[in-house]
Amino acid sequence: MRLLGSYAGLIAGALIVLFPLYIAVNDSLLTPSQILASPPPLFPTDPQWHNYVQAFSTYGFGSYLRNSFIQSGLIVLGALTTSILAAYAFVFLKFPFRRTLFVLVLATAMIPFEVTVAANYDTVFKIHWEGNFAGLTIPFMATGFGIFLLRQSFMGIPKELREAALIDGYGPIGFLWRVALPLARPVIAALAVFSFLGAWNQYLWPDLLTSNNQSIRTVQIGLKVIGGTIATVGVSLAAAVITLVPLVILLILFLKNLVRALTAGAVK
Amino acid sequence: MIIGTPADAEAVLQLPRRRRGGAVRKERWKEYGLGYLFILPAFLIFGVFTFYPFVKNFWLAAHETPLYPGNPAPYVGIHQFTTTVTSSMFLQSLESTAIFTVIAVPIGVFLGLALAVIANQRLKGIAFFRLVFSATAVTGVAVAAVIFGTLLSPTNGLLQSWGIDTAPGIAQSPGWALYAVSGIQAWQFMGLSFIIMLAGLQSLPEEVLEAARTDGASTWTVFWRVTVPLMSPTIFFAGVIGTIIALQSYGVVDILIASSGQGSQAVYTHTNLLINYIYDEIYNRQFGVAACLAIALFLITLVVTAVQFRVLAKRVHYGN
Repeated sequence: MRLLGSYAGLIAGALIVLFPLYIAVNDSLLTPSQILASPPPLFPTDPQWHNYVQAFSTYGFGSYLRNSFIQSGLIVLGALTTSILAAYAFVFLKFPFRRTLFVLVLATAMIPFEVTVAANYDTVFKIHWEGNFAGLTIPFMATGFGIFLLRQSFMGIPKELREAALIDGYGPIGFLWRVALPLARPVIAALAVFSFLGAWNQYLWPDLLTSNNQSIRTVQIGLKVIGGTIATVGVSLAAAVITLVPLVILLILFLKNLVRALTAGAVK
Repeated sequence: MIIGTPADAEAVLQLPRRRRGGAVRKERWKEYGLGYLFILPAFLIFGVFTFYPFVKNFWLAAHETPLYPGNPAPYVGIHQFTTTVTSSMFLQSLESTAIFTVIAVPIGVFLGLALAVIANQRLKGIAFFRLVFSATAVTGVAVAAVIFGTLLSPTNGLLQSWGIDTAPGIAQSPGWALYAVSGIQAWQFMGLSFIIMLAGLQSLPEEVLEAARTDGASTWTVFWRVTVPLMSPTIFFAGVIGTIIALQSYGVVDILIASSGQGSQAVYTHTNLLINYIYDEIYNRQFGVAACLAIALFLITLVVTAVQFRVLAKRVHYGN
């Protein structure tokens, strides 16, 4: 009885989440007349795969996808590099004003994006980054969250391990590369996934920067460009599904990792 | 120097030690250098794209933005800020933002918690359900907006054909446009809320829940009397995160209303969230007004978060 109740709850929850997503996939495969039918069929009897083809051929979704992969990939690489280096310095190296500087890192998390966006837009134009990937990615290549998360993880490495490594002749770089990074791998993976998700789903900044620069438009802005008129609803949903697929794959691969990273640090 | 006194002996003995001291000092400087070198990349980016614009934003707010870039920007002090935050457009935007947040965040937090509670059981196929429940966390606002825009469409929406009257459509209906976008935001936040709550539940002491259950307490009682109090730090955390996200959520309104090309003026006014208002002013190169709005939104975020901390922290039960 209890088991039955549990599954009823699980299925009800799944419906809230999956129903809109299912309808998106379903409607992306319907013919225009089926979409306008009342009610529209709940199963694609005559799947219109050409909606997906059209998203690429007519609306250039291939280039949006490529741009999104470049943009998100660069942000992940940059954010990981800056976070690993800074977190390592804050945990394993001693230097004057270390604590003060770390408080500054935490302070960046208190300054929300909307406060900096107007001035950043201005800056990016002044240094002529408005039409390239530098403007799209470099502002996001360092985050207080990333440095904090990795610092927590490095702090869990026993001091004796570092001393032993130093006696074995590892320099600071050797210790970082051979000991600290391998030990922090689960957290690094979680951070990479978090920053990829965030970057891929960015909307306001790419919208601002690419309104006059189609060549670096990302998928999210592509969705806006296709729009949702009756004529384009099939293609628009196909494009939404395409946008979602890479993230769903990431989620399938890394969900356990994300929950574990949160359990270990941020939530407690 | 006469060798033989104890002081000399000490001096002799200290000689190598002092030399070692020099080497240590050199090592220490090397460590300082390496430390600064390692934090440099992060601080360069923070400096240019976080700290500088944070300060610059106040400068922009205190100066009128010239019509043509390059012309001098006259200093207007606090005047621009007071004019902006007392304008009827701002007050309307403030009201919409408040309604949006007050609907979206609690619903998202509660649904996330409910899903986490039912997914935190050892059952067959539970991994699948956990995956499904997290799915909206990766569904970007643009994707969510496109999907719900279709569902709610008055001409071809599913709800319409099921007899739920969605005419005249979000973009033309000031009465429920704001509630619709709030609901979409709640749905979208539910996934992240679920992940946070599941992580929180998994770090709870299993014995306590087990004990309550074997004491014969109903599922409902266990949930309200045991799970919720124990989970209160996590619920609080999710609430703060959800609020920050909602206050910065720009895409839903932009796609469904502002950029849809179908929005009526009334709907546009009713759903003009502060963040969308800021974007418009930036896009029109009204950096001064945008900066004033940004300061207002920043202060609101600070106040709301601080109030949440004060009010909730009292009720939050922190375990050891």
